[in-house]
Amino acid sequence: MNKIKKRIRKLLIITAILAVLIILDFCINIPLYIRLPLYLTIYFALGINIFKKAFRNIIYGKVLDENFLMTIATIGAFVIGQYIEGVAVILIYQAGEIFQNISVRHSRESVAKLMDIRPDYANLVTGNEVLTTNPSDVKIGDIIEVKPGERIPLDAIVISGNSAINTSMMSGESMPKIVNIGDKIISGCINLDGVIRAKVTATFTDSTVSKVLTMIEDASNKKSHSENYITKFAKHYTPIICILAVLLAIIPPIFIGGWENWIYRACCFLVVSCPCALVISIPLAFFASIGCASRHGILIKGSSYIELLTKIDTYVFDKTGTITKGKFEIIDVSPKSKQREILRLASIAEAKNTHPIAKLLHNYKPNETIIDNYKYKNIPGEGVIAKSENETIICGNAKLLCDNNITINDNETIHNTIIHIARNNEYIGKIVIGDELKPNSSDIIAQIINSKKDVKLLSGDNKETTQNIANIVGVTDYCHDLLPNEKTKIIEEIIQRNKKVVFVGDGINDAPSLMRADIGISMGELGSDSAIEASDIVIIDDNLEKIIDMNIIAKRTMRIVRQNVIFSLGIKFAILILSALGLSNMWWAIFGDVGVSIIAILNSMRAMHYKKK
Amino acid sequence: MRKTYNMIDLDCANCAMRMEQNIAKLNGVRYVSVNFLTQKMIIDIDDGFNYNEVMKYVRKTVQIINSDCDIDM
Repeated sequence: MNKIKKRIRKLLIITAILAVLIILDFCINIPLYIRLPLYLTIYFALGINIFKKAFRNIIYGKVLDENFLMTIATIGAFVIGQYIEGVAVILIYQAGEIFQNISVRHSRESVAKLMDIRPDYANLVTGNEVLTTNPSDVKIGDIIEVKPGERIPLDAIVISGNSAINTSMMSGESMPKIVNIGDKIISGCINLDGVIRAKVTATFTDSTVSKVLTMIEDASNKKSHSENYITKFAKHYTPIICILAVLLAIIPPIFIGGWENWIYRACCFLVVSCPCALVISIPLAFFASIGCASRHGILIKGSSYIELLTKIDTYVFDKTGTITKGKFEIIDVSPKSKQREILRLASIAEAKNTHPIAKLLHNYKPNETIIDNYKYKNIPGEGVIAKSENETIICGNAKLLCDNNITINDNETIHNTIIHIARNNEYIGKIVIGDELKPNSSDIIAQIINSKKDVKLLSGDNKETTQNIANIVGVTDYCHDLLPNEKTKIIEEIIQRNKKVVFVGDGINDAPSLMRADIGISMGELGSDSAIEASDIVIIDDNLEKIIDMNIIAKRTMRIVRQNVIFSLGIKFAILILSALGLSNMWWAIFGDVGVSIIAILNSMRAMHYKKK
Repeated sequence: MRKTYNMIDLDCANCAMRMEQNIAKLNGVRYVSVNFLTQKMIIDIDDGFNYNEVMKYVRKTVQIINSDCDIDM
């Protein structure tokens, strides 16, 4: 920063001297042999570093560099006697460069601040002492202490204390999360009120915060079409304008004369010939937008995906874990009047069963001694029969109960897993177990359908369950009983129909589909490396609403990019045409260079802000 | 070997682009990306080459393009 301050000071002093000189020049008639040396001195004092750079670049074989073009343009102005304009162009160019540097640096820092989630230290607990160490020195199994206001340095499990944690840096969720003993805490979040101690579960490089950081830092390397297009454009733009400038300076005066006039117009061309406005502002817009998305818990792996997001026409969702919570839960026990009895019997029957569904019932487990009275008979795929001296509990699907001559008075058609329970040949009731929908699934999918996109639901689950979920969320196009590779095949088919496809999945077993789709979005599985590797966008928590958010962010960013392209090229071409016709002057040309760059940079920074409605 | 370096005083986007293009042409450089916005250079150097030797040329290339700029080694 000091360097910039020095440059600013130098510039201000010279500007003051120049101002005095110009005023004098207007008031009294200074003879040319005093005037010219004075202007030349100021010109060299101002432009010395530009001339140096231009000279260096010529030596290294890079002729059409902006420093060189500025030098030629201003020398041209001097040759035809426009001293004030020659000096002014260099002055404004320098001032513009400084301002541009400051604003780019400022933007870069404020985006970096958005993404500043790197913990600086960890409080390592050793015996009675608490040492402050580098997070990368902490090993798995070590105990760390996190005080209020501190950033959690590593992924860990709370072993003492409780607190509220601000997870907004990581997930964009603004409600603080309450953690107690046994809860997982994610690195990068901020501890708000209590002192907690926690056992480290991942080394620093494997911690969530490191993964997020690497992803963001690598992100701006996957360049979008717009950026590549700008790079190519920049390569051709400058030489073309330069050739035009040369032609403009030579050809018309041959026929109609007036060399001075045409050289002046050519010099204006040279001043506008730098594509900086686009070269700087467009990557900046993407960068700001990636920073903004990461602030909202959306990690985007490259600017190309932002561009692609606005062109998507088909959304393919995985069911389990994406549309639904992916966790089995007891969603109903009926009849209600016998609820306690049903759960008690079921828990006795399933006490020794380790099936995921049976485990749900373990919470209602009576004490061990009761269970010892029972003898268990497991019928695979059907259920369990538990017998004691005076009681027989049958717990399982309809077939098991029918086989044991128990009639079920169940005429509902809910397609979930249902466990029926009977005691001593008498039907007691049933427990309905299902994978619950996420609360906002229907709403989000409705919004996507409303925006005229195709939505497709894929599931490895059976027909009934898939159909049921599809009906609830309002999707008419669904496929069931799919193996992971069949899901990939379906995505391929859609791509072959020239559609741009997003696949949203949980990332555990859908890696091939995530990779095959134009954009793979994985949710809530930051812990799994395969998910991060395979997907292009990662949603840190498992909130579907983020899909809507990222679409808004992407659209806004692309709008800003388009504005910048149209605005800067529009102004530049307008100035070029006006200059060629002699209707413009060098003041406009310098605005076309520096002014346009600065306006475009400021516009790009708008991509950093996105507020939820 | 793939490494990330911080760039010091990388002040122009155009320079970053040119550094990237020129460094990529050096012998032993498998991949390079000079990111103006994050002020970082990610470079992957072939294991068959002497790492420090290649980095010497990389650094020289950086300074030829912009004499104010340096790599934070």
